[in-house]
Amino acid sequence: MAGKVVIDAERCKGCGLCVAVCPKHSIEISTESNKNGYYPARATNVDCTGCSRCAVICPEGVIEVSREEASRIRAVAATIRTEAAGLVEKKG
Amino acid sequence: MGTEVMAQGTMKTVFKRTSVMKDCPTHYCPGCGHGIAHRLVAEVIDELGIRERTIGIAPVGCAVLMYNYIDVDMVEVAHGRAPAVATGMKRTNPDKIIFSYQGDGDLAAIGTAEIIHAAHRAEQLTVVFINNAVFGMTGGQMAPTTMLGQVTATTPEGRQSNGQGFPLQISEIMALLPGAVYVERCALSGVQRIQQTKAAIKHAFELQIEGARGLSLVEVLSPCPTYWRMAPGDAMKWIEDHMSKVFPIGRLKG
Amino acid sequence: MAEAAIMAGCDAYFGYPITPQNEISAYMARRMPEEGRVFIQSESELAAINMVFGASATGKRAMTSSSSPGVSLMQEGLSYMAGAELPAVVINVMRGGPGLGNIAPSQADYFQATRGGGHGDYRTIVLGPASVQEMADCMPLAFDLADQYLITVMILADGVLGQMMEPVSLEAKPRRKLPAKNWALTGAKGRPQNIVRSLWLADGALEAHNNKLQARYREIQEKEVLCEEYRMEDAEIATVAYGIAARIARSAVDRAREEGIPAGLIRPITLWPFPSEQISRAAERFPVFLTVEMSAGQMVEDVRLAVSGKAPVLLYGRPGGGIPTVDEVLDRIRQLTVHGKQTVA
Repeated sequence: MAGKVVIDAERCKGCGLCVAVCPKHSIEISTESNKNGYYPARATNVDCTGCSRCAVICPEGVIEVSREEASRIRAVAATIRTEAAGLVEKKG
Repeated sequence: MGTEVMAQGTMKTVFKRTSVMKDCPTHYCPGCGHGIAHRLVAEVIDELGIRERTIGIAPVGCAVLMYNYIDVDMVEVAHGRAPAVATGMKRTNPDKIIFSYQGDGDLAAIGTAEIIHAAHRAEQLTVVFINNAVFGMTGGQMAPTTMLGQVTATTPEGRQSNGQGFPLQISEIMALLPGAVYVERCALSGVQRIQQTKAAIKHAFELQIEGARGLSLVEVLSPCPTYWRMAPGDAMKWIEDHMSKVFPIGRLKG
Repeated sequence: MAEAAIMAGCDAYFGYPITPQNEISAYMARRMPEEGRVFIQSESELAAINMVFGASATGKRAMTSSSSPGVSLMQEGLSYMAGAELPAVVINVMRGGPGLGNIAPSQADYFQATRGGGHGDYRTIVLGPASVQEMADCMPLAFDLADQYLITVMILADGVLGQMMEPVSLEAKPRRKLPAKNWALTGAKGRPQNIVRSLWLADGALEAHNNKLQARYREIQEKEVLCEEYRMEDAEIATVAYGIAARIARSAVDRAREEGIPAGLIRPITLWPFPSEQISRAAERFPVFLTVEMSAGQMVEDVRLAVSGKAPVLLYGRPGGGIPTVDEVLDRIRQLTVHGKQTVA
């Protein structure tokens, strides 16, 4: 399951705590500073599982995490819905 | 049924900034524990659905500007007096949820009498006590919770017990008071620690919501990278390896 | 005083034991719970005033009472309430000072009350009742003034008034039309968050805030002065006194009149705002003023400011809990006339 992390680069103060706690080491410190002069963290999202460890430890609360639902479950659920709808029409 | 079926599944947000935190940057130093602690308090208020009947009290210290960050009715009070102000508020507004958020200078130095007597009277309050072992706002002076040997602006040779006394263990003291119904010491020194801290803060608020007859206090060991003169990551480690030996983490009561 | 406070809708009383005002807290301890209201004996006067701060910040009517040393501990709180524009009522039953002093009556906290013992430019309205009836009447007035001007109203009584027994009629008085307390902390339901604070860090913000407070104080000075004149119409010697000292001066004036000496009394009831105008006008007519105080002389300075040199302002003051007697005051009045119309200090 892939995850995605979005870090508000302008509000990040580059404390590096998220970089330290990310189990997949997929967050790094950017080489360009933001307008406040901090070098913010940057999510590469490589192997990110959406575990949210980075967001939990972020002192600025500027990390948003999303995670991809298991795609197979979604597909199966969708087919059931379409069949049920079909049955209703035939009976109705 | 709004979720369209996409070829490879949908992205679901699993962590988002709570709306109880106002959408603005904080003035805190990079890696400061206050930012985390504020967020935990805000998330707890959000999850318990009490934003509209909560009144918060900001201390004098780094967190004096808390009212700029937490979107509930708030008041900023004189240094150390928060528990007395909270008492005046709670007694005249028993239906409101009153919390005070204080640092170690505010609560354990100038405000010691107030916190002891608020518990002594079994006031039905929630107190979040941030212990970062130093006076942050005024430039890193010794706090009552500064540890032996710890260098601060006013203990240049490291705190010596003769003349500068011993680190003050607030949670242990508070646990002795019958009027304190729940006392727990937590830390912000890691993801799991932070989750425990949030659970403790939530429990402290729940007790007040349920009308528990007494005061809840959660002591939070919190990093101050600037005045510990450490990088944020090292400060977190210092809490885990050193501070938690002087201030044992755990639930002391209730 | 306490019952009048309850009738005025006082929601909460916070206090700490100190002679000579323990009767108020003892009474409140019994009556407030009966009314389903809040009574707390706090751990210190410092805590008491901050409890008042808290209750007031949520829009409640709150009060405390103490005596001189205790009121000294409240000065920080008073400054914070002034900065945060919070209404409150504080009773100071003054006793001999400085330091632990004694428990005899005194008026030596006049400066502290009228100038503000806390930090920063701020004022509190200060009332000086001279009878038990007036002390009772002061309570509804104090709460109304506090709510109207978002200010602390301090009532200066003294050890004598505190212990006196006098008939009192306690009818409920209609409240003034008061502004709604939209600023109060009641939980941000259906409205943006309210913040009560005295911290103004932004550039120029605190100065602007001060100017707003000063404008309000000027309005109080214009509208809320209370002063009583006694036998002043044909007087040639004006005594000035408040509280118990005024009762003594009043008797001395009567005695002086019996001896043909045309004396009169100006009795400020609001010590701040001070009746400077009345006294300044009186200074056009009177060759001499005698201020009578139970202190080393504090209100005398306000009288001198008001008279501003038009006439000599003398003082008969007894500090440290000393109570001037009628004879002593009368003797001073006599001295002022022995030297003929031109009076000599």
